[in-house]
Amino acid sequence: MSEAVAGRASRKLTGIDGFLWLLRIVLIGAIAIGAFNSLVSGRLSGQDWRNLIVFGIAQGSVYALIALGYTMVYGVLRFINFAHGEVFMIGAMIGFVVADPLSRTAFWHEQTILAVLLVILAAMVASTTVALVLERVAYRPLRSAPRLVPFITAIGASFFLQYAIAGLFGVGFKSYPRVPGLTGAFEFAGFRLLKTQSLVIVVAAVAMAGLYMFIERTKAGRAIRAVSEDQETARLMGINVDRTIALVFAVGGAMAGIAGVLYGIVFGQVFFFSGFVPGIKAFTAAVLGGIGNISGAMAGGLVLGSVESVGPSLVLTGLGVPAANQLKDMVAFLTLVLVLIFRPTGILGERLAEDRV
Amino acid sequence: MKQRHWLKALALVAVLTLVGAACADDDPATGDNGTDAPTEDPLGTVTIESGGAIEIAVLQSITGDTASLGTDQVRGTEVAVDDRGGELLGHPIELTVEDDGCDATVGTTAAQSIVSNPQILGILGSSCSGAAVPAAEIMSEAGLVMISGSNTSPSLTSDLQGTAAESFQEGYFRTAHNDLIQGRAAATFAIENLGAATAATIHDGDPYTEGLATAFANAFEELGGEVTLATAVNKGDTDMRPVLTEVAATEPDLVFFPIFQPEADFIVQQAAEVGLDNTEQLMAADGVLSDTFVSIADTEGMYFSGPATPQGGEYADFVAKYEEANGEKPIQSFHAHAYDAANILFDAIESVAVDNGDGTLTIGRQALRDAVAATSGFAGLTGTLACDEFGDCAAAKIDIVQNTEALVSINEVKENVLFTFEP
Repeated sequence: MSEAVAGRASRKLTGIDGFLWLLRIVLIGAIAIGAFNSLVSGRLSGQDWRNLIVFGIAQGSVYALIALGYTMVYGVLRFINFAHGEVFMIGAMIGFVVADPLSRTAFWHEQTILAVLLVILAAMVASTTVALVLERVAYRPLRSAPRLVPFITAIGASFFLQYAIAGLFGVGFKSYPRVPGLTGAFEFAGFRLLKTQSLVIVVAAVAMAGLYMFIERTKAGRAIRAVSEDQETARLMGINVDRTIALVFAVGGAMAGIAGVLYGIVFGQVFFFSGFVPGIKAFTAAVLGGIGNISGAMAGGLVLGSVESVGPSLVLTGLGVPAANQLKDMVAFLTLVLVLIFRPTGILGERLAEDRV
Repeated sequence: MKQRHWLKALALVAVLTLVGAACADDDPATGDNGTDAPTEDPLGTVTIESGGAIEIAVLQSITGDTASLGTDQVRGTEVAVDDRGGELLGHPIELTVEDDGCDATVGTTAAQSIVSNPQILGILGSSCSGAAVPAAEIMSEAGLVMISGSNTSPSLTSDLQGTAAESFQEGYFRTAHNDLIQGRAAATFAIENLGAATAATIHDGDPYTEGLATAFANAFEELGGEVTLATAVNKGDTDMRPVLTEVAATEPDLVFFPIFQPEADFIVQQAAEVGLDNTEQLMAADGVLSDTFVSIADTEGMYFSGPATPQGGEYADFVAKYEEANGEKPIQSFHAHAYDAANILFDAIESVAVDNGDGTLTIGRQALRDAVAATSGFAGLTGTLACDEFGDCAAAKIDIVQNTEALVSINEVKENVLFTFEP
């Protein structure tokens, strides 16, 4: 045993290793030069950089909430639920359907907090229902099928949901009503926060903390962790695996529903295709943070959002790339590639096998 | 054993046939279809049989966020057809409407579908320059004629100084202005009327928006201004705050963003959050001249550049016919240009069609192109049109208008003219 370990440590550096090391040095160098140029040139003030960070965290919170759904499903089923982006979009749509008529009543203006909570609740119910139905109808029957089959089903379910919503609600953009009391900004520790952004960050933080408590401290959460670790043994221990998996989908759906309403409040407009890009970005965030790891999904979401917001201005413009903001999607996905080059298991690592219940 | 040799031989023959078919020359419909027509045309001819229809394709953006741009022009074309009683030279006019999706990929597919029909004489469209770039190439190779009522990108024709632009194609014409003129109009307004010394531009990668933003930036600097930042967003982006932060940091007097909806919606809604809260510092162009944009509260005070609304009795008659046929007034700004484009095409067909005496018509494709190219002194709704050697036929006239709180519809906004530019 120890000989094999010693052998691994002293194997020769191949050409590939050398190339990867060179690549890492070049990339770090490019990022450092770009960042240095941007910061030194004084193009953006300190307040501007802080604003960009805040935008990134707000955007990242939305990604993090959606990423939770991806990572938990992967944890229990080793399967990427590609229809999760549409679960998020449905949450946003139902949130609009409730918020729009509600905004015309006095209740909206007098009891704003309650009204917003009502909208979030409606979105959560809708998203959870869709997620549960998906699990029951599209994924459970295929649990013993080869890995590719549920994968294709997920893509098909994704298209089905997109166009079902397009058929039901039309293809036009739906504008979220303005939330009274959420206009304007305030200062906090030197950061200028828009009220909508602070709502997003606070609600997302509360939701993630709640989920973490749920997973770590409750019996149902323990069941989820057990099923992620070893499904057969969990079943032998008396855990109802089917119900646990359904619970995972439901919780992921609820998080996506909250994210949908927050997205609607921050960006103001949703339509049937709104779930596509955030879904891909959230999946990227989940992999970035370490797929299967809940804290990883949260961290990955925040990192991705921040990099997307700050990255083009910090690195690309510093390197002299014109119209850098047009490349922000490229920056986001390049970050994924970079993290995987340097740390293949993601930021917080893939702890599926190590985390004992 | 023998069977295996047989199969191999068969497979070899099949492969060679495929290779031969793929490597064969693409022949546009050449030669006439066996009638006694005396004309021979280097691009081929189209024969309309007795009682058959004159087929024209209409390639406009009729779905999605830019649907108003295309639908408005389809309706303008239909008014032109009705004005001719629905027929030309005794043959009915048949319009085939295709969606250009305001997108190069969708435009390519639509154009390929159009040219696969050898009876189609020409294309009225497209709506968006982005779709026109590939569509013009496809139709040009097939020998068709294409006249657009709303393409404005300079890359489709020329630099207005005698050099063909990169996407120029033979057989392509337009009755809408070249954006080099619109950029100059917007820049002149900014410098002379607004007194702006600095400006920033935002485009979205589309040939129209990039062409116009660049034309504005060049003209602005020629007139003595300074462009502090020329940047871009992607179609489909929703979070404009980082790019607006970059723009605001350079403190421009004017932000010119000649893009489409919904990206323009996000920009106006998020601009106030990053410090650009004076809407009189914002200016957009004809891509967003529709009710759905000016109804957004954050657009009050903004300026827009676009083609001047035609004046006069003939235009009023046109609007009355449009309203009667569609139940509402025109919804965008290029309906009159589409009407003129249709009439130029119809006049050209009438002038080159050869009546074979037996109820059939023969129309030469090159002759049709030459007839359109020779358009001069054409009295259209948008002015007196004449085509230059690169396809620009417009009587360019640009209006700068402003949206105010009192104005609700795009027609009202278009009447609030602050500045007119005519080269």
